[in-house]
Parts: sequence; structure tokens; C-alpha cells
Amino acid sequence: MSAPNPRLEELVAEAQRVLAICNACRYCEGYCAVFPALERRLSFDEGDVHYLANLCHNCGACLYACQYAPPHEFALNFPRTLAQVRAQTYRKYAWPEGLGRVFENNGTVASLVTAFSLAIFLVFAGWFAGPTRFFAPWSDAEGSFYAVLPHGVMASIFLLVSAFVVVSLLASFVRFWPDMGEEALEFLKAPQLSGATWDAMGLKYLDGGGDGCTYPDAQPSFARRTYHHMTFYGFLLCFAATSVATIYHYVFGWKAPYPLYSLPVILGTVGGLGLLVGPIGLMVIKGRRDPDLVDERQDGMDLGFLLLLLFTSATGLLLMVFRETRVMGVLLATHLGFVLALFLTLPYGKFVHGLYRFAALVRFHIERRRPLPYAATE
Amino acid sequence: MDASREWDVLVAGGGNAALCAAITAREAGLSVLLVECSPEAMRGGNSRHTRNMRTMHAGPLPPLTGAYPEQEYWEDLLKVTGGLTDEKLARMTIRQTEAHVPWMLKHGVRFQAPLGGTLHLSRTNAFFLGGGKALVNAYYRAAASLGVDILYETEITALAIDGGRFRSATLSRAGATREVRAKVLVAAAGGFESNLEWLREAWGPPADNFIVRGTPYNRGGVLKLLLAAGAKSVSDAKQGHCVAIDARSPKFDGGIVTRVDAVSLGIVVNRNAQRFYDEGEDFWPKRYAIWGRLVAGQPDQIGFAIIDAKSMGRFMPPVFPPITARSIAGIAQDFGLDAAALERTVAEFNAAVRPGTFDHTVLDDCRTEGVTPPKTHWARAIDTPPYYAWPLRPGITFTYLGVSVDDRARMRMQDDTFSGNVIAAGEIMAGNVLGKGYVAGIGMAIGTTFGRIAGEEAVRNVRA
Repeated sequence: MSAPNPRLEELVAEAQRVLAICNACRYCEGYCAVFPALERRLSFDEGDVHYLANLCHNCGACLYACQYAPPHEFALNFPRTLAQVRAQTYRKYAWPEGLGRVFENNGTVASLVTAFSLAIFLVFAGWFAGPTRFFAPWSDAEGSFYAVLPHGVMASIFLLVSAFVVVSLLASFVRFWPDMGEEALEFLKAPQLSGATWDAMGLKYLDGGGDGCTYPDAQPSFARRTYHHMTFYGFLLCFAATSVATIYHYVFGWKAPYPLYSLPVILGTVGGLGLLVGPIGLMVIKGRRDPDLVDERQDGMDLGFLLLLLFTSATGLLLMVFRETRVMGVLLATHLGFVLALFLTLPYGKFVHGLYRFAALVRFHIERRRPLPYAATE
Repeated sequence: MDASREWDVLVAGGGNAALCAAITAREAGLSVLLVECSPEAMRGGNSRHTRNMRTMHAGPLPPLTGAYPEQEYWEDLLKVTGGLTDEKLARMTIRQTEAHVPWMLKHGVRFQAPLGGTLHLSRTNAFFLGGGKALVNAYYRAAASLGVDILYETEITALAIDGGRFRSATLSRAGATREVRAKVLVAAAGGFESNLEWLREAWGPPADNFIVRGTPYNRGGVLKLLLAAGAKSVSDAKQGHCVAIDARSPKFDGGIVTRVDAVSLGIVVNRNAQRFYDEGEDFWPKRYAIWGRLVAGQPDQIGFAIIDAKSMGRFMPPVFPPITARSIAGIAQDFGLDAAALERTVAEFNAAVRPGTFDHTVLDDCRTEGVTPPKTHWARAIDTPPYYAWPLRPGITFTYLGVSVDDRARMRMQDDTFSGNVIAAGEIMAGNVLGKGYVAGIGMAIGTTFGRIAGEEAVRNVRA
């Protein structure tokens, strides 16, 4: 079905070599889900490789514990090999398929989409409102936001884009899941779904087996989990803020901007702060991380996503503070530009790691309920 | 580093025993210089390749289940050594292991519950989370934060020892040498298994076919210097922990993955296509340690483990894929064995197999009758293609020739007096407890016990 991908073939072969060594060793089996999962197998096909690669949270513990890591002649770098496979998973299962290519130069693509989205909103708002209204100091009472951008335009753009994002992510999932060898309905069974949700919400496997993961270096630390939680829950709170605001608008007919102590603003502010500290923290530890630990070719993708999250929240918070001044118009257009860029790149950037990892976790919880396919008696 | 300075303790070596000694001495306030000959990435000697420590315990002691009393531990050790052990030192080692678990936790070592392939050891052996390299990393972190001075890629090329008293050591790093003085020397620099000339001296030409499963950095330099300075030796140069491993393994450092756990499920033949030992004598974990010496005793030091399709997947997958063939002759051809001879051996074996109920988890009643050597358990006809086979070589993990010590880890001289200030721990003295044979996790038990004792003895010595 997919076009031949020599990079993927090469990586699957390398992953098979590495997994065979790990399966004969098994010293790392206490660290995370990947090792018990690989121990269920005697050989690894491409679907297994995608599954295990996406089950890996790249905590790094196994690299530092590995007696076969470079400079050993086996030159085994488990986390990096799996990280490289993940990039190909994202590419292979992207929908529409042709857009999988954007994972090759993801940072550049994210920048271009951002520039385009900013331009759209700035130009449109500037044209719609005209310079006088655009730079006027609107008060909240005057419905400042919709004075420079009509609600209908804003709502339709984001409705369309959101629908596309949901369809695209669903299409990726629907193509990925059967390739792991599972029935469609298995995904929806409560025990595995709740087990995987619990693991994902708590980032269970970013704990290096207990003391924290070896990231950014060999010293175990919970920094990465903490910053990821801030980012993820910050994102969820902002999403909740938008959802509540939507209900306010359509159900109660209350128009934005909302007062500072209102639910949408409180949720958005707390979430926005998480989305400031989290991405900054992740970028800082990323800058200090051990280069052996990761696939540096994915830096652009990681940074693109983190920066979009950061700028979205930073402009959102600035908008809240300065919404009754002359810069409101510029801030609103800029904020919406970043939000649009973030949404447009969701299915084609780092965000998708959550989709595939969650799918892999559900699969792990399905598998662990099954008896071992072969009896290891020794 | 100030070269004119005198350290309280010089620790020669950088594995488990060396680190336990260095940490213990430093925690008591002594200045400690630890000298590891390997690069940082390969530090830790054979401890890098270990996975667990055999641990005595009166009741459940997480991660251990049940109880493993001193007497049972002692009997297990007595059995494998055939009496070549020192009961006083052995029992002391056994008793101390229980207290190691909290000490190890305190210094950053983490344990795990045994999973899949190792459940049978959950009562007797405490498994390190991530294995021995993770343990070594934790100890280096602890040592560094305590202020132990650490040198990598530094070899000890000479020891000034007169009248049994250590004065100074000559360190060599990147071609430059310097003299370092210390009040006490802790010798924890391992055996000599990666010194191929020394192995050849001991074993003769067969040594050329040995594979060194452990670290390439245990060349026995410090051991040789101590013996030359008049230390009393224990065990002999031919004793060691030697298992049968895949003949395609790297010459050094292959570690755990080189194992072939198929032996008890099939047959093993030599270059002449003849069987030479009861493959089903006992559970594999209790027997793997004798097969290295068995293969070493065969012509050209090579063996071939052969199973059929019935047994595939019933053991830990080895790292190298098996030779696969549709017929026994095909297997023989691949290995350059006499096909007729191998077919005859297999046919004789198959004819000797008595009916029984196969169960690999117990010592079952599947055995042979009328074939020499017999196979006493898990004997099933090799008759279902495809056939799978692995070539085997002796894989040496560590050697037992060492220096004699007492229960305070003090090194004995040839006249049975003690060295004034040389203390030994780890593989370099393991032969005191382990004269021959091996039982899983005993190396780390000896290393941790004597490492900690060496640290305490260093403190006593410096403060005396």
C-alpha cells in the first residue's frame, strides 16, 4: 500500500538486530513496558517494531544500563533506534499519506505554516477592521474581540480546521491499529483502555523504573515528567477553557471577552501558565540532554511543537492582560494565528506521539492479559 | 590531582568490590583514590555483566520471596565447589549478604522483581534493576558525590611492597607514569581471564579456542604484582567460571546474550559427532556452569547443541540465530561434521529414549536407556524437522586464582603472616570461597561482602 521507504526498511532491520540482543539479555525488563512486551516474542516483524518503538517513552534508563551500548562492538542504542523508528511511524501512517513527507523537515514546515497563519489573521483583521478600529482601545463592554474579527469568521475557520484535524488523526489511528495485529474492537474494551489511560495520564513510563528517567543525562530525575505534565495538563486546561467559552457563547449567549474571574479565563490562565513553564522547561532540558539519547533529526519537529505551544499560551496571556488597550487587535490576530498554526500542524508534528503511544499502551494492556505465547522455562 | 599527596586508601580496580570498599572507607572520612584501568564507558569490570546477588534471608526481603537460610545457601555452595571452599569465610559471606540489600538501596542500587525467564531464582537471588551496569553506575555516582577521587584508563604497573608492607604504586596513564603513595592498598582488580597469554600458560593450546565472556580489562596485572611481592595464592590458574557459549560470540565482552540455553532440551555432540555428557542431568541453571569445562575437554574445544522443532521456543532465545536444516545430515553439513556419524548418534539416542511425560519445569521421567552417556531427564527423540543447532565454545567469565585472605580481607603472605596494609576484595580473592564450580549470583555476594569488609578494614588500619 505505501510507497517503498528505504529508510524505514533499514531501521526495521536495525531494530530487529537490537531487539534480538535485548531479548537474549533482558536485564532491562524492570524499567518499562517495552521489555516485557518484547519478551513475548521470538522474532519481530515490522508491525512489532512500530508497536515497541511507540511504546518506548525514550526515558533513557536502558541506554545507561546497557552493557552492549557503544563503545561495545554490538553498538546497541535502544532508545535512539526506537526514536528513529517512531519518526517513520509518523510518516507512514500520516493522512493524507502524501503529507507524511512533512515529518522529514518538520521544523521548516511548522515555521512556514505559522508564518502563513499569522499572515492570514493579521491581514484579514487589518482589512476587516481598518487601521482605526484595529488599533482602537476597545473596552470589554464593547465586545472588543469581535470588533476586529467577526465571530462567524473565527468560528468557521476553527470548526473547519478542527474537523480536519480530528479526521486526519482518526485516519492515522485506523491505519496504524490493525498493523499492530489487533482487532478494531479490542481497542474499546474497558480494562485495557482504562489501564492505558492511567499510564498515559500519569506518564508511568517516564520514571526510569522508579527513581526518575535518565534525562537529560545519566542522573535520574523527574524533570522531564514534571515539565511534560505541565505542558499536557496546561493544554487540557486551555482546551477546557475554550470548550466552556463555547458553551457560554452558544448555550447562554454570553459573549467574550469574559471577566477575569470567570471560568474560561481562570482555566485558560492556569493552563496558559502550565503551557509557558512546561514547554520552556522541556526545551531547557532538551538543550542539556545527552546527545547519545535521541534522534537529533527530530529536533526541528520537537522544537516546532513546543514553540507553537509556548507562543499560543504567551500570546493568549498577553491578550488577556492587554485586551483593553490599543494593541488588542494585533495581539488577538497574532494569538489566533498561532492557534491556527498549532491546529494545522497537530496531525503532522510532535503531537502525534501521543496518539501512537496511547495506541501502543492499549495494545500492551491487551497483551498482558494473554498467556505467554511460548513457555520460557529457564 | 596533587601527585605528592598521600591518600589514606588506594583502591586498585573499579568494579563492585572496589566501589563497595571505596564508598565504605570514604564514608568513614578517609581520603580514597580509586584507579580503574578501563575507559569510563567500560568501567566496572565483570560487575558490568552481572545481574543479581545470591542473598541469604530469613523471611521475605523485597525483592526476594520466601526464605533462604544460611544452611541451605551453604549446602548449595558446598555442592558446586565439591568442598573446595573455606567454610568460615563462606559462611561469613553468606550471613552478611542479608544486610547488603538495605546498604545497596542506600547507595542508589535498585532491585526488581524477577520476571519471565528468571522466576526460579526469585527466592535465592536479588535482581538489580537494569543489571550490573546500572548498579556500577549507581555506585560511581555515590562515590563521586562522597568525594572519592577516580581515575579511568589508568593502569597500576608496579607496587612497592617490602616486608609485606605496601608503600606506593606506579600509575600509568596514556604513556605517562607517576608514583602514588597511600596508607592502605585495597586490591580489587579482578582475575586474569582476559590475559590470553596467562590463560595459555595455564591451559596450553586449548586456551586459544576460549572466548572471554567477561570484560577485556581483567588482565591480572595487580594479581601478578601481588603474587610477585610474596602474597600467598589460592585456587589455581585453571579454575574459573566457564560456561558453554555460542562459538560465534565476540572474543571479549559478549556477556549474557552469548548463552545457549537449549542444551537440556536436546543433545550435544563434539567434533566427532559423539555425545559426551548427560545433557539432562539437572535444571539448566544448576548445570550451565559445568558445560564450559566439558566443551573445553573436547577435541578442538567445540561442541554442537542440537534440538528439533518440538523444543524450539521453550528456552531463552539466544542472540545468534541457530543453524537450521530439514535433516540431521543437513546440520552435519553446515558444521562440517561427518553426516553418517551424526545420523548414527542421533539414531542411537532416539532408540534409547524411553516413554515418559515431558515437563521441562520438573526433573521429569523422560530418559534414555542403553546409551552412553545417558540423558536422565527431558530426553525426547530428535525427530521432528526442522532441526536447529548452535556451535558451542568454552566461554570464560572469571578466573579463581587469587590471593589468600582472612575474614577481615587481609592479604596473607607466603609465610602465613598478614600483609601490614594490603587488603583484597572481589574476584582477586574469590578463590578463597569458590575453589571451583559456580552458583548464580555468588560472585556479587563475595564482592559485596569483601568489598565492604575491605573498606572497614582500611578504616581500622589507617586509624590504628
